[in-house]
Amino acid sequence: MRYRPGLVADYQSDAAIFKSNVQRFWFSVLLVAVVVLGLGGTIPLIPGLVDFSLQTDLLLIGTTAMFASIGAIGLNIVTGYAGQVSLGHAFFLGIGAFTGALVGGVEVTRQVVDLDTGQFVEKTLVYGFGLDLIIWLPAAGLVAALMGLIVAPLAFRLRGLYLAFVTLGLVFLGEHVFREAKVVTGGVGVGRASGVPSLFGFRFDEPGEVFGVFLAKNQKLFFLGLGLLIVLGIAAKNMARSKVGRALAAVRDRDIAAEMMGIPLARYKMIAFVVSSFYAGVAGGLLFAVIGRVEPLSFNLLLSIEYIAMILIGGVATVSGSIMGAFFITFLPRIVKWLAGFWMFGFISDSPTGGFVNLAQMEQILFGGLIIMFLILEPLGFYGIWIRVRNYWKAWPFSY
Amino acid sequence: MRARMLNEFLPPGDRDGPAILEFDEVHLSFAGIKAIDGVSFSVKAGELFAIIGPNGAGKTSIFNCISGAYHPEAGSIEFEGQTLLGLKPNKIADLGVARTFQNIELFPQLTVLDNLMLGRHQHIRYGTPAAMLRIGKASREEARNREIVEGIIEFLDIAQFRRSFVAMLPYGIQKRIELGRALAMEPTLLLLDEPTAGMNLEETEDMARFITDIRRELKIGIILVDHDMRLVMDLADRVLVIDFGKSITIGVPEEVQRNPDVIRAYLGQEHAIADQGDDQ
Ligand SMILES: Nc1ncnc2c1ncn2[C@@H]1O[C@H](COP(=O)(O)OP(=O)(O)OP(=O)(O)O)[C@@H](O)[C@H]1O
Ligand SMILES: [Mg+2]
Repeated sequence: MRYRPGLVADYQSDAAIFKSNVQRFWFSVLLVAVVVLGLGGTIPLIPGLVDFSLQTDLLLIGTTAMFASIGAIGLNIVTGYAGQVSLGHAFFLGIGAFTGALVGGVEVTRQVVDLDTGQFVEKTLVYGFGLDLIIWLPAAGLVAALMGLIVAPLAFRLRGLYLAFVTLGLVFLGEHVFREAKVVTGGVGVGRASGVPSLFGFRFDEPGEVFGVFLAKNQKLFFLGLGLLIVLGIAAKNMARSKVGRALAAVRDRDIAAEMMGIPLARYKMIAFVVSSFYAGVAGGLLFAVIGRVEPLSFNLLLSIEYIAMILIGGVATVSGSIMGAFFITFLPRIVKWLAGFWMFGFISDSPTGGFVNLAQMEQILFGGLIIMFLILEPLGFYGIWIRVRNYWKAWPFSY
Repeated sequence: MRARMLNEFLPPGDRDGPAILEFDEVHLSFAGIKAIDGVSFSVKAGELFAIIGPNGAGKTSIFNCISGAYHPEAGSIEFEGQTLLGLKPNKIADLGVARTFQNIELFPQLTVLDNLMLGRHQHIRYGTPAAMLRIGKASREEARNREIVEGIIEFLDIAQFRRSFVAMLPYGIQKRIELGRALAMEPTLLLLDEPTAGMNLEETEDMARFITDIRRELKIGIILVDHDMRLVMDLADRVLVIDFGKSITIGVPEEVQRNPDVIRAYLGQEHAIADQGDDQ
C-alpha cells in the first residue's frame, strides 16, 4: 500500500495536537521566526523589500504579550471552555503578582530609633523572602489556584450575568486588600519590588552570555516568556482535548444533560476555576517581573476587561486565539501610535491635551469598537478569521 | 454488514438477574398538577419495558424521576437494591442508568466523536494533571475508550459523521448519536424517550433494528417511551399505560391492546391504537 499522508494509524496519533504535517510545518516556521527575532535577527517579510526585526521596545512588548497570553489562556479556560463568565481575572493576576513579589522579591527595611533603648533598629516595611524563581513562580500559581478553589462555589449556584457580577465584586475586594496590606504590597503609589526572575542563580533580568551568545536583559526575558508560553499553552491544549476539556464543554453547553452523562458539575466548575487561576497567578507574577515593580491599583476592573477583550477578539475556547488576542491588546497602544504617524490619521494627536483625540483616547475608542465589532461580526475572533484564511490556503505549500 | 457485535466491547449484561428497577407508588406534582400519581412498576434485566400514554401523561416525568432531575414527593425508586432518591444525576449515571431525551440533548458544538466520548466519561480514569501532561495513562485511557466508541460508531453505522459537528447533522442521525452516547455509558438500565419521534418510516425502521440488536447482544434493561404503537407492541415484553399521571394497566402487549380502559384513554387522541394498527 502506498503511504497515505494523514492516514490515521492509531487512536493516539489521531488525537495529536498537530494532526498534519502542514500544521507541524507552520508551527515550526513560526517558532524559528520568533527565536530569530528574539536573538535580534531580521526576518525578510517580502525578500528585499520589507524586513522585520524587533527593536528593544518591541521586544519588551512582545515579552509582556507572552506573559499576558498565559493569563488569557487562563481566562479562556474558565470563561471560554467552561462557560463561567468571570470578571474577576484581575484579582487572580494580583494574587499571583503579590505572592510572587512576597516569596521572590526583596525585603524593604528602615532604620528606626527604638524609643525604649534609644538605639537604631531595623524595621521591616515590606516583606520579601527573596527565594528562587523555581519556588516563587509555582507559589504565585498555587496561591492564586487556592483562591480559585475558594471562589469556585460561587459558580455552583450562580450563572451568566449573576456570576459575572459576583466575580466583579472580587476585583473590588482585591483592590481593597491590596491597598491595605502594605507590608506585602507596599501600598498605593509606592508599590514594591516584584519577584526576581532568577533561576538557580541565572538572572533573566540582567544581561549576560548564554551558550556563548550575549543576550540583553530583554532578550533573556523574551525567551523565558516563550518557553513558559509553549509549556503552558501545550498543557492547556492537552487539557482541552482530554476528558476534562470535553466535560467542561458539556457543562458549558448543556449542564443538565452533562450531569446525566455522569459529569459532576460542581467538580468541573471547580477544576475550571482552579486551573484558570493558576494560569492567572503565573501570568501575574511574571508580568510584573518584567517591569520590576508591582503597584496595588493595577488590578482593577479595566484589567479584567482587557483580558475579556483578549479572548473575545482572539477567539473564545481556543488556545491560539488567547495568544492572538493577548498580543493584539498588548500591542494596541503601539499600533495606535504607529497609525498616528500617517497623514490620514492626522486627527490623532500625540500631545495629551491638543488635537481632536489623543493617543490614549484613540486607544480606548479602538479597544471598545473592536470588542463590539468582533462580538457582532466574528464571534470566533481572530481565530475564526485565521481558520477561514487557513481553509482558503488549505495545505499550501504541500501538494496534498 | 456489521463487523462486530456490541457484546464484544460492552459488558453483555445478565438476563436472568432479578428486577433491576423498582418504581414504587411514586407521586410528583407541579403547582397542583399531578404529573405522576401513584405509579408502580418494575423492570427486569434483559427486559424491554414500554411506557405509553397520551401527551402530558407523565412519561418523561417518570424518566426524570429515575435519572434524578425531578424529586418525587412520595414513593420509592430502587435500582439494583439501592435507592435513587436523593442521589445526584451524575451518581445515578455512575450506577448504570443511561438515557436519551425526547428533545435531543446532544452537545451541538462538539463533534460526534466527542459526544460519544462524553458518554464514556465515568469509565475514563485519569485526573486533570495527567490530562495536561498527556503521557502514559491519559493517552492509554483515551485510546482504550476510543476503541469502544469506534465499536459503537460501527454498530450505529455513523462512521462518515465521526468528525462532524453535531449541530450540522440531520435530525435522524442526531437521534442515533444520542442512542450511541447512552450506549457508551455501558448502562445496566437504558431509558429511551421517544427514540422515533419525528422520524420517517425508514428512519423508524432503522431505530427499531438498533433497539432489537441491542436487546439481542446486550442483556440490559430498557424502558421505551414512544407514540409509535406498532413499534411498541412489536418490541416490548411488557407495556405500562398511563394517563394523567395514573397507571391504567400493565401487561404483555396483547392484553394491553384489548383493554377497554386503554382504548378509552386513547379515544379522540392523535395516537389512537386502532388507527396506528391499521396504518400502512
Ligand atoms: N418541569 C415542569 N414544570 C411544570 N410542569 C411540568 C414539568 N414537567 C412536566 N410537567 C407537567 O407534568 C405533566 C406530565 O408531563 P410529561 O412531560 O411527563 O408528559 P409526557 O407523558 O412525557 O408527554 P409527551 O408525550 O408530550 O412527551 C404535564 O402536565 C406537564 O405539563
Ligand atoms: Mg415526554
